[in-house]
Amino acid sequence: MSDLLNVENLWVKFPTRTGVFDAVRGVSFRLGRERLGIVGESGSGKSMTGRAILRLIRKPGMVEADRIELDGEDLLGKSEKDMRAVRGQRISMVMQDPKFSLNPVMTVGDQMIEAYRLHARASKAEARQKALEMLEAVLIRDPERVMRAYPHEVSGGMGQRIMIAMMLIPDPELLIADEPTSALDVSVQGQVLSIMDKLVQDRGMGLIFISHDLNLVAQFCDRVLIMYAGRVVETCAADKLHEATHPYTRGLLNSLPRIDAPRDRLDVLQRDPAWAAAPSIGPDA
Amino acid sequence: MTPALSFENLNVWFGDGRDRVDAVKGATFDVAPGDSFGLVGESGSGKSTIMRALTGLAPHWSGRMAVNGQPLGPKRDREFFKTVQMVFQDPYASLHPRHSVDQVLSETLYLHGMKDIDARIVRLLDDVGLGSRFRFRYPHQLSGGQRQRVAIARALASDPAILLLDEPTSALDVSVQAEILNLLTDLRAEHNLTFLMVSHDLAVVSHMCSQLAVMQNGEIVEVMTVDAMRRMTSDHPYTRALLEASLGYRRAAE
Amino acid sequence: MTTETSEGLRAWLLTETPHSRWQARMGSFYQGWLTLRGNPMAMFGIAILVLLLLLAAFAPLIAPHDPFAQDLSNRLKPLGTAGHMLGTDSLGRDILSRLIHGSRITLYIVALVALIAPIAGLLVGTVSGYLGGWVDLVLMRVTDIFLAFPRLVLALAFVAALGAGIENAVLAISLTAWPPYARIARAETLTIRNSDYISAVRLQGAGPLRIITKHIWPLCISSLIVRVTLDMAGIILAAAGLGFLGLGAQPPSPEWGAMISEGRRFILDHWWVATMPGLAIFTVSLAFNLLGDGLRDVLDPKDGSQ
Ligand SMILES: Nc1ncnc2c1ncn2[C@@H]1O[C@H](COP(=O)(O)OP(=O)(O)OP(=O)(O)O)[C@@H](O)[C@H]1O
Ligand SMILES: Nc1ncnc2c1ncn2[C@@H]1O[C@H](COP(=O)(O)OP(=O)(O)OP(=O)(O)O)[C@@H](O)[C@H]1O
Ligand SMILES: [Mg+2]
Ligand SMILES: [Mg+2]
Repeated sequence: MSDLLNVENLWVKFPTRTGVFDAVRGVSFRLGRERLGIVGESGSGKSMTGRAILRLIRKPGMVEADRIELDGEDLLGKSEKDMRAVRGQRISMVMQDPKFSLNPVMTVGDQMIEAYRLHARASKAEARQKALEMLEAVLIRDPERVMRAYPHEVSGGMGQRIMIAMMLIPDPELLIADEPTSALDVSVQGQVLSIMDKLVQDRGMGLIFISHDLNLVAQFCDRVLIMYAGRVVETCAADKLHEATHPYTRGLLNSLPRIDAPRDRLDVLQRDPAWAAAPSIGPDA
Repeated sequence: MTPALSFENLNVWFGDGRDRVDAVKGATFDVAPGDSFGLVGESGSGKSTIMRALTGLAPHWSGRMAVNGQPLGPKRDREFFKTVQMVFQDPYASLHPRHSVDQVLSETLYLHGMKDIDARIVRLLDDVGLGSRFRFRYPHQLSGGQRQRVAIARALASDPAILLLDEPTSALDVSVQAEILNLLTDLRAEHNLTFLMVSHDLAVVSHMCSQLAVMQNGEIVEVMTVDAMRRMTSDHPYTRALLEASLGYRRAAE
Repeated sequence: MTTETSEGLRAWLLTETPHSRWQARMGSFYQGWLTLRGNPMAMFGIAILVLLLLLAAFAPLIAPHDPFAQDLSNRLKPLGTAGHMLGTDSLGRDILSRLIHGSRITLYIVALVALIAPIAGLLVGTVSGYLGGWVDLVLMRVTDIFLAFPRLVLALAFVAALGAGIENAVLAISLTAWPPYARIARAETLTIRNSDYISAVRLQGAGPLRIITKHIWPLCISSLIVRVTLDMAGIILAAAGLGFLGLGAQPPSPEWGAMISEGRRFILDHWWVATMPGLAIFTVSLAFNLLGDGLRDVLDPKDGSQ
């Protein structure tokens, strides 16, 4: 089977004044043309894994790996210039914090048009048309007005959808979506997910879907990696997530409130130091 | 009994001319004292805007808003901010990047004219389960959940009776979400607070609230009890769609 | 024993859980210092500036001669003459001594401009950015007018109107230097003013004045400090330029620009008379630039927010 993405023994290290901090510790996985979910608590290294694939770790952070291959092509050895061509053209990433990723003093429309014209040689009018279409696709009401608005004038969920629209414009082979729907209501969320789903089904795009919403990942993805303290502690088929065995995964599942089963207090995760010490689970487990 | 919060035919708009947005149109609902009221609905439907209009951050509005029976004018005074406080949607954006936890809280207490600031800071940090260890840390030394706790401590600093919570856990992972929701439940019981809470997660709303309003495109389409929501009995098609969607994402192919 | 206490101090400064306001503040200063120390070029810049400070402070003790004492029999002596290491100028004054005394004037100008221009810029920029509306419109048009003229030309016009002299030169340079700072401060304010943390203080009942000074300034100041340090070279050159044109410090004052101006008549036969003050200006400008680059790494706000 040809893998779209092959990651072996990925480490992300941050030298700090009190020693080296390993944000990601020996993560390995393979990705076909499918939806791979990454879940885990805050600080477990989900975003860092995504950024490391694009070599977007800010200095002084370091990325080390035995292998990061996109379609059999080595990404680690590429020059910064070649990487820039990979980013955006072949791999897109929706960053976690949309308001941080948008330029606060430029209108949404100008930013989308600029992003489009970076990738495709298109006239301004064409780019505008395309931007409008993308905004409509993510169910934004009155896209003409939103094009003229500044980032602080759109709601939290609209900002998130704008980011998604921008990342889908270049038609990537692999999309890394970091908490793309955390601020969306369920109905819009469904719509946005089905856009991504269509790209996976029809165009064979690969998708890495980073999220802390376990139910969503269980329903939407094909496979799930569960991360804890920079390691993969468990991997399973997404529809089997609710039968997961690792105590950490069980703890996460039990801390969810449920509509059908009300209770007074939610369970809080009890952490076990042994979880962090255990080695990462390999790609074939 | 006078409601803690009451909205009557509230309209809120931004900008003018072709850029005019009618973010909230004719919203009417009441929140009883000690109650916890949920606002759910489409993204961009004006949920945050209702809170911003109440707190005076959205200046253009018409209709009637009242807090404990007192109608609000165009300006908010100190008394108002002592009664009503707000926790913002994004814990990563709601703390000043260059102010330590101590500076954030002492500034807030100072602005409310409190004496014994030091003692109060210690108590607030204990209240939200952080402890004095975190007192002199800067935001970048805190995790998302810890930041949200600081934001809650700031909102509690003036001993408010009404707390507005704008998606207090949407940026947090599930284990931290459980901690924050438990914390809010405890605080509500201890301080006898009234909550107005926005969330797009119906499970969270059903866990925290007793009543909720459903919004779509600036309008409140339905006000219902959480029990009714659990039974999935609803009159409005949008609410029904929302409830069905909350049962899970279904692939188009299926 | 000393290593033990210094280890203890280090741990106290670098702790993740400080116990007092003072400790937290010292800790963040120390962190900044450590970053700066890791940058050899910046340390080189600091070393030069400290040297300059010492020279200025102890000028009468260090300078071998009186900077004003003329000795017409000893005119235009070349470098390395006994007793006059850097030679003498057209009136037989010792160039080294004049340079050393001149450092006081340079520091004086730099300090004044560095105080006036960024503070004026910060005030105008943040007020205009935060209040918006017509205040913004008026203040920014004024800024644009100032920006439209080349700095030296504008300074010349001011000095011509106010009369020559160091104080007027400082005033003129400050007046021409603030607009870029106002622009920077306004741009930063625009991005800050709509953020949730500013809304949060408004919800505590804080007024515009308090928000601007206590919440917006701390965020603008770091980028301004960097910018001012990098601009220092330009300011020194502008002051020297005014001196050179005879509109700044007046002879016989040993201001470096004025010294170059005096020396230019002999530039072909007695090159050192103009070159030595030129080298001094160059060295100090370079030092400020190096320090500015280093400070940028330390103060960059992105650094603090991961
Ligand atoms: N510049 C940095 N220096 C040191 N440590 C860092 C730096 N940036 C990130 N980290 C650490 O790396 C770890 C992994 O961070 P990451 O952003 O991947 O978490 P995450 O799983 O995406 O969490 P969240 O759900 O909160 O987004 C965290 O513990 C974080 O503190
Ligand atoms: N300052 C502003 N200027 C102009 N329009 C604004 C401003 N703030 C909000 N709006 C508009 O008002 C509408 C409602 O926004 P609001 O933030 O209340 O939505 P929301 O219901 O909170 O959505 P979300 O769940 O996505 O946060 C949106 O169309 C938004 O673009
Ligand atoms: Mg993340
Ligand atoms: Mg909102």
